[in-house]
Amino acid sequence: MKILVAVKRVVDYAVKVRVKPDKSGVETSNVKMSMNPFCEIALEEALRIRESGAADEVVAVTVGPAQCADTLRTALAMGADRAVHVDAGAAPVLPLSVSKILRALVQVEQPGLLILGKQAIDDDCNQTGQMVAGLLKWPQGTFASKVVLDKAKQVATVEREVDGGLETLCLDLPAVITTDLRLNQPRYATLPNIMKAKSKVIKKFTPEELNVEIKSDLEVVQVTEPPKRKAGVIVSSVDELVDKLKNEARVL
Amino acid sequence: MSTKAEELGVEIYPGFAASEILYDENDKVVGVATNDVGVAKDGSKKETFQRGVELKGHITLLAEGCRGSLSEKIIRDYKLRDKGQGQHQTYAIGIKEVWEIEEGKHVPGSVLHTIGWPLDMKTYGGSFLYHMNNRQISIGLVIALNYQNPYLSPFDEFQKFKHHPAIKSLLEGGSVLQYGARALNEGGFQSIPNPVFPGGAIIGCSAGYLNVPKIKGTHTAMKSGMLAAEAAFNVIVAGAQMEMYWDSLKKSWIWEELFRSRNYRPAFEYGLMPGLAFSALERYVFRGRLPLTLKHGKPDHEATDIASVHTPIQYPRPDGQVSFDVPTSLYRSNTNHEHDQPVHLRLRDPAIPERVNLPLYAGPESRYCPARVYEYVPDDKHGLKLHINAQNCLHCKACDIKDPKQNIEWTVPEGGGGPGYTTM
Repeated sequence: MKILVAVKRVVDYAVKVRVKPDKSGVETSNVKMSMNPFCEIALEEALRIRESGAADEVVAVTVGPAQCADTLRTALAMGADRAVHVDAGAAPVLPLSVSKILRALVQVEQPGLLILGKQAIDDDCNQTGQMVAGLLKWPQGTFASKVVLDKAKQVATVEREVDGGLETLCLDLPAVITTDLRLNQPRYATLPNIMKAKSKVIKKFTPEELNVEIKSDLEVVQVTEPPKRKAGVIVSSVDELVDKLKNEARVL
Repeated sequence: MSTKAEELGVEIYPGFAASEILYDENDKVVGVATNDVGVAKDGSKKETFQRGVELKGHITLLAEGCRGSLSEKIIRDYKLRDKGQGQHQTYAIGIKEVWEIEEGKHVPGSVLHTIGWPLDMKTYGGSFLYHMNNRQISIGLVIALNYQNPYLSPFDEFQKFKHHPAIKSLLEGGSVLQYGARALNEGGFQSIPNPVFPGGAIIGCSAGYLNVPKIKGTHTAMKSGMLAAEAAFNVIVAGAQMEMYWDSLKKSWIWEELFRSRNYRPAFEYGLMPGLAFSALERYVFRGRLPLTLKHGKPDHEATDIASVHTPIQYPRPDGQVSFDVPTSLYRSNTNHEHDQPVHLRLRDPAIPERVNLPLYAGPESRYCPARVYEYVPDDKHGLKLHINAQNCLHCKACDIKDPKQNIEWTVPEGGGGPGYTTM
């Protein structure tokens, strides 16, 4: 069975982002970029499933501009067998377009499992996994904190992190799984593996070759910083607190 | 630069820390080894454990910047200072912020250096303020690490400096983009070690080619790299010796430039006024041609007086507009380390902080560290104990330099950790 893992190149989680002076977005030039942490977890899970014998190939795929090849090299260094790069130009590609591209790639690669991170840390959309599952009419197990694959029965048992606690689902393969933080601890890419990954071939596609039209129904109008936190006020009595909550904060 | 290098075939691997020098049976350096990753704070192996790897080569060039952890070992083991100019290296700590200021106040290309306030007559140091483009300015305070008062806090002196009316007016209405700190060399000509060792050489600030009066070391560092590269090429292709680097260095403009500027910094050992007077003479009259070479004072870590002869300095509270506290500043440095890893700041003798640093010197590391890594916290026996917040570390090396008993050893943390400077 083949596993397809979709990864995204995002601003590194440790970077403190700034809004651009023209408010069109966040400053991304000269800023450290890395693989989305949830995508790393997704890739790690795919590698573990392959190592347990339930799958035989892990293919990493990304949608983005030329620099995204670096993210795929990291995926190859961590242990992915092959990588696919869909170059959709420099403009950010929104989840629906990414989902359509992934559907086209699924039809090319025919994997038994598509694993993604639950959301990207730059847009926090949490949409791509669910949209692809809808487009493919595949079952989905999102926010996975535990995945157990039964190769013989072709079934995945997924424990999901939901608001009320944990929910366990049984999915018939092929299926879509999106990963949450507690699923696993991703491995380090070792230096020898990074060296070997530099020479591995990355297959390239354009959206046109996959018969996908990238059009966006959304337009980012403005990006602003959240308002600065005001200093706290120490009140002297409960009455004063109630008065402030009622008349100043207007929450009562 | 890295893209150009990779186009030429150079392989660059960021995010791996060289923690060990590799030797062959003849004590010749044959390469470096990276540290193990995935080790927990208590030293046990986590599930992500990966052994470090050995990287071997004909020639190993060390370019770790000022007070490089491996370079210092090499200099010590091969006695490179004695084989060079002979004097010990002296250092300063530089604390810097990059600001975005208001349009009308920005004069691209403008350079300002100050000396004196807020430092006293016995403490060498000064500030720099450079107007870059995009309304950004780079502002910082450099304080020589041979300061005597153990109560001095370079970070707080920098915050104080920004409140000077001439500086504050420039900063008001602006915002800080980034913060950082780093030690730099001030030893100049007198402290240059012989940078060649069996199997390789040391280049850049790890050897120490900073021109102190110019406060500029990037140009000499780059040139030293080029000279070492030419020597290395000749070693591999023409069977020459790496000593060619040392010889070509002594014949290059680096040597000439550092020779001419060798007496400025040591003159300040006599105080601010004598230092300024002598510097004026040196600059306008003697131009570096005096037949004498002034010597440095005590090594930085020996220059700290005991705390009882000084009074604690009361620093004003930060106002949040122009001056800030350490946590806010650290946030702006994008510093991050994997939390669950052994502390990379090693104490050669774990008892010394409580036995010597605290009683004799009032715990200076809790003041000179620009990231407040070192804290003395109450323990359960009514005393104070040193607590090391290694995750905050800015990799500036001030502690490795200034600790009175040289008890703190800065070693490399897990690769990829540290400050995340982008516009610095």
